[in-house]
Amino acid sequence: MSSIKPKHQRLVLVSLALVAIIAAGLLAAWALRNQANYFYLPDQMMADPPAVGQAVRLGGMVAEGSIETLEDGVTVAFVVTDKGDARVPVRYTGILPDLFVEGSGVVAEGSLGADGVFVADHLLAKHDENYVPRELQDMAEHQSEPGPQDTVVGYE
Amino acid sequence: MSAELGLAALWMAAALAVLQLAGGAIAQRDPYAPLAALVRPAAMLQGFLALFSFGMLLWVFAITDLSVKLVAANSHSMKPMIFKLSGAWGNHEGSMLLWVTVMALAGALIAWIEKRLPEKTMQATLAAQGFVALGFYAFLLLSSNPFERLPVPVPEGNGLNPLLQDIGLAFHPPTLYMGYVGLSVAFSFAVGALVTRQVTPEFARVMRPWVLGAWVFLTMGITAGSYWAYYELGWGGWWFWDPVENASLMPWLAATALLHSASVLAARDALRAWTIMLGVVAFSMSMLGTFLVRSGILTSVHAFAVDPERGSFILALLTIYIGGALLLFALRASTVSEGQRFAATSREGALVFNNVMLSAILGIVLLGTLYPLLTEAFDVRVSVGPPYFNPVGAIFTIPMLLVMAVGPLLRWREDDIERVRAPIAIFIALIVTTALFTVLAKSDIGILPLLGLAVAVGLGVASFMPLRGRNILRVPLATWGMVLAHFGVAVSLLGMASESAFTKEKLVAVAPGGTTELGGFRITLEGVEPVAGPNWTAMEARISAQRGEGKLHVLTPQSRSFWAPAQETTESALLTRWDGQLYAVVGNQADDGRWQLRLWWKPLVTLIWFGGLLICLGGTLAIIGRLVGDLRRRHADRREAEEREEMAALRADASTPAANGEIV
Repeated sequence: MSSIKPKHQRLVLVSLALVAIIAAGLLAAWALRNQANYFYLPDQMMADPPAVGQAVRLGGMVAEGSIETLEDGVTVAFVVTDKGDARVPVRYTGILPDLFVEGSGVVAEGSLGADGVFVADHLLAKHDENYVPRELQDMAEHQSEPGPQDTVVGYE
Repeated sequence: MSAELGLAALWMAAALAVLQLAGGAIAQRDPYAPLAALVRPAAMLQGFLALFSFGMLLWVFAITDLSVKLVAANSHSMKPMIFKLSGAWGNHEGSMLLWVTVMALAGALIAWIEKRLPEKTMQATLAAQGFVALGFYAFLLLSSNPFERLPVPVPEGNGLNPLLQDIGLAFHPPTLYMGYVGLSVAFSFAVGALVTRQVTPEFARVMRPWVLGAWVFLTMGITAGSYWAYYELGWGGWWFWDPVENASLMPWLAATALLHSASVLAARDALRAWTIMLGVVAFSMSMLGTFLVRSGILTSVHAFAVDPERGSFILALLTIYIGGALLLFALRASTVSEGQRFAATSREGALVFNNVMLSAILGIVLLGTLYPLLTEAFDVRVSVGPPYFNPVGAIFTIPMLLVMAVGPLLRWREDDIERVRAPIAIFIALIVTTALFTVLAKSDIGILPLLGLAVAVGLGVASFMPLRGRNILRVPLATWGMVLAHFGVAVSLLGMASESAFTKEKLVAVAPGGTTELGGFRITLEGVEPVAGPNWTAMEARISAQRGEGKLHVLTPQSRSFWAPAQETTESALLTRWDGQLYAVVGNQADDGRWQLRLWWKPLVTLIWFGGLLICLGGTLAIIGRLVGDLRRRHADRREAEEREEMAALRADASTPAANGEIV
């Protein structure tokens, strides 16, 4: 390569760099379309359910009176609902996030099972007055959040 | 009164930034203009005033002056002192003030000590620095004044988000900001060099310590931030591809590329335009990171509040600076003449390859981070997570790591691959052997952890090969720095791969006195009791863990309730052994009296952060080595110049009498 003039070498380098970066961009665009995690509201999930096993997010409100701890002591079943009458049953095995209560907003990450139950790997709930999962900001429901006195639990 | 003093100092600092910009600009036309001489003093005074202003903010937080809006919103008189102080930058306004303070101090430092470059380039650099600072002063003074008073003081403050009340947080933002701001200095140098067309090896040598320093701080900030997320969030993970994490990773990737290309420019006078370009990109990524975090435009734990006005302000700044710099680059790049050429198989070739790979990774992270914003414009809400970032990033990371093992062994300019055949053979043999043994040990291992383990072992050994056949005592400090930093990458990678390949996880409901097993540990829940801290109460679980017949260790994870502001957090408990960490989180109590416990055994997980520290140490050694080398070279240059003068004087003395004699 030493016979190449500096100017030509620069051209070669720039083209190689461009090719690599454009390839990265195309690869990224392709992967993003396949791997992005779509967000569903309960009525959308009822109307047009995602493929079984596909990773998606489900956002809505925890229905009143629906939280139930199963026998193993670590699995929780509840129902995510919206303003209307769409109801999606959810099962989650894990430690519940702080401030996960009935009537508050929640975003569940996971996938729809074959039996129609949404199996969540992660739950995102409202953290404090400043932080709300972005998907829930547009929903009026989360304003029905209980006041501080209701959330201090653990003492009799 | 202190708040008003701080605000006044901030206005004066902004005025000095204007002076710095005007002086530097005039100096480009007329180097002897009176204003031109004021550029350096203006930069120094500006640094002092910004520091004073930040000191005043610390003061109002220290005394909890509740007539200041920011204190009332973010502090509380009952908070421990260290969190009162760290609360000063644990919010939007305060952290922006910290940003400009660090930036003004960096400007003051270069104005004070940097004498190597032509004065005209320095003035252009300081003018650029003043211009960038000016935007941030405007942002602070017009849209986020940290010293704003309340019409009526409140009786008590709101307190700080408990997640942020942590010693890690006291140091995490300042470190990251020093990194971001160090890149602003590199950006200013790049602009200065472009304006005066002085893209020389000397410019790269002057810029390099700043890039290295910024890079060390970014590494430290990312490492600390990752560890903070690991133990504070209680999710057992150390990296979530959260937009804010990406916001700190992107400048790091650009800075890594920049410091390597600056090395090529300094040593070999090649890659001139590319280095300038990276200088612009690196700072763009810092600004973009600030924009993503501060505007709250993306979902994140870090997003303090969503404020469109601030977001658009930073977006405007971003457009002005980055657009301006890119325009300048487009206009001037063609006049930057080509540097020295080199063969494909050479150290430059390897560095160029890694630069391109780093840029590709940067592009992938950038696209993945911004993609949710793009789709939102079409009313489709998505999130992008590990299933995208991990495999797509790995496609470019693995080749980069392979070349990284070989690159330092090659000679500058041109080399023969035959010469380094033995080390390459060792490297490949190590990778293959490790991969085989790993598959034998654990046949259901994922492809990425497997590759990670194999490459980590190979790279770990290969990173010491540049020392082969050299006298260890005479190896330059900067080379040691490179070896350690590369080794740190291998160590960190080993930790990541091991964590994702071999982690054992268990979620159980245990009654007090009950026992469970995980990763060779016998884990017993001794009991759960209420405890109280200065501004919180908690349920604390006492868990004992015993490995085989070994010593009994006690872990105490908590579920904490803070009362100002009211919030609950999960405090994990960690048991660190040489070969990994046991991680425990306590959850709720079920109706039958059993407690939820989530337990992880994470083999070699600590290597992730240990590797990060090694990288920082390597970077620091490189800075020291470069600075010492530079001082020595300048000292030698001066000695040589003096000697030459003396010789000239002697010769003059010797020739004068002779000449006289001739005349006589």
